Amino acid sequence: MQSPSKLTPLHDRHVAAGARMVDFAGWDMPVNYGSQIDEHHAVRTDAGMFDVSHMLALDLSGSDATPFLRALLANDVAKLKTPGKALYSCMLTEAGGVIDDLIVYRISDSEYRTVVNAGTADKDVAWIRKQIATLGANVSLEGRRDLAMIAIQGPNAIEKASRAIPELNTARGIPAPFSGVRLGDLFIARTGYTGEDGLEVSVPVDRAAVMWDALVSAGVRPCGLGARDTLRLEAGMNLYGQDMDEAVSPLDAGLAWTVDMRDPDRIFIGRAALEAKPASMAMLGLVLLDKGVLRAHMPVFGPDGAGETTSGSFSPTLQKSIGFARLPLPTAPGTEVEVDVRGRRLKAMTVKLPFVRNGKSLID
Amino acid sequence: MSNIPADLKYTSSHEWIRVEADGTLTIGITDHAQQALGDIVFLELPEAGRIVDAGEACAVVESVKAASDIYAPVAGEVIASNNEAIDAPESVNGDAYGAWLFKMRADGADLSGFMDAAGYLAEIDQA
Repeated sequence: MQSPSKLTPLHDRHVAAGARMVDFAGWDMPVNYGSQIDEHHAVRTDAGMFDVSHMLALDLSGSDATPFLRALLANDVAKLKTPGKALYSCMLTEAGGVIDDLIVYRISDSEYRTVVNAGTADKDVAWIRKQIATLGANVSLEGRRDLAMIAIQGPNAIEKASRAIPELNTARGIPAPFSGVRLGDLFIARTGYTGEDGLEVSVPVDRAAVMWDALVSAGVRPCGLGARDTLRLEAGMNLYGQDMDEAVSPLDAGLAWTVDMRDPDRIFIGRAALEAKPASMAMLGLVLLDKGVLRAHMPVFGPDGAGETTSGSFSPTLQKSIGFARLPLPTAPGTEVEVDVRGRRLKAMTVKLPFVRNGKSLID
Repeated sequence: MSNIPADLKYTSSHEWIRVEADGTLTIGITDHAQQALGDIVFLELPEAGRIVDAGEACAVVESVKAASDIYAPVAGEVIASNNEAIDAPESVNGDAYGAWLFKMRADGADLSGFMDAAGYLAEIDQA
């Protein structure tokens, strides 16, 4: 028997707004509130918001928090010099596969907040607890299901959110890009998954619906997981479980920039495996030149060998189909390739990611 | 609520069929289907002259979300496809019964096995 879907604290708001609901990683989530494309454009040109309460905030604290995270994560939290600063990282298996990708915020030397994916949350918590025990680290781990999370994104997101959330109008209210700040019972982060400016606000469950309603009144458009997917695709951001997983090295998933090998004394989990097996694949953007729509797991044929798409959709901003492809090195941007789209060989061009940033196309 | 015109026949795969005065058939997808698919961005339609079997996948409707096969309801010959809809796939979202996909000739085809509006409403209410 299938277990019933989990509901976020904003679930009744989505249902009342007439959202089309789908199961996502065991959660009953809005895929759109009418038109996915209109929601996508709202984020690119104005302000939209997403209920991301299915994702899990985890607090790590204790005297070993910094050395523990330097061992747990492939990116190096020692880079986070100022309180509140955020870092994107993968958490790897010993074999160098990706357990999850996450954002970690440094609150202080002994206190960090991280946000992990919904579908991997239980696995992540078990893995982190196991590593704490193995290393004998003085770190406590607390899952924060007492918090809801709302991502408010778009060129007008901060201005509109400031009308709805009083804390944003205080002196420290709006953090610097890629940072977070704790204000009263809120955690406000200047991060996102859309390629636009905006905030991700963690709010106590009992205040979430009031905040959502105030954001609607301020002109922030509710957006579903459908728009979230096309926005992150245009922004060149990986989706866990689709663009990488435990069978894939971050070096083959376009995430080499998040793997920090500079400190030779930092022995993070998975490091030895990555050093033993350098990158063999390039993660590139694809723009479909012929008519059709790219989807995940379509075979791709290029001059340096075959690979496959890992994500694909129609780009509302570019008005053409785009995707990500994992292709053998040395395949580079600007290579014409063929994609098997439902039995037809269609032409596509590899490009450097991202496709879109801050509302502007980066593709010629 | 889905719009389900009374003068059409419906398939369980969510195509509608209109019998024209000259006996030819016009085929499209239902309002319920376009809602389920979401924003439609690409149509691949059969060319005039193609001979199709009953139940043959002969067209593709792609939304932002997914690709969906469209099936010929009966055997026959495709006599036209809707080029205006190909150029404006979103018209299927706007008017699923106006933005037809293709027309076919299927002289003597038996349509009695397809649902009427009441039957189709019952079908999608159960789903």
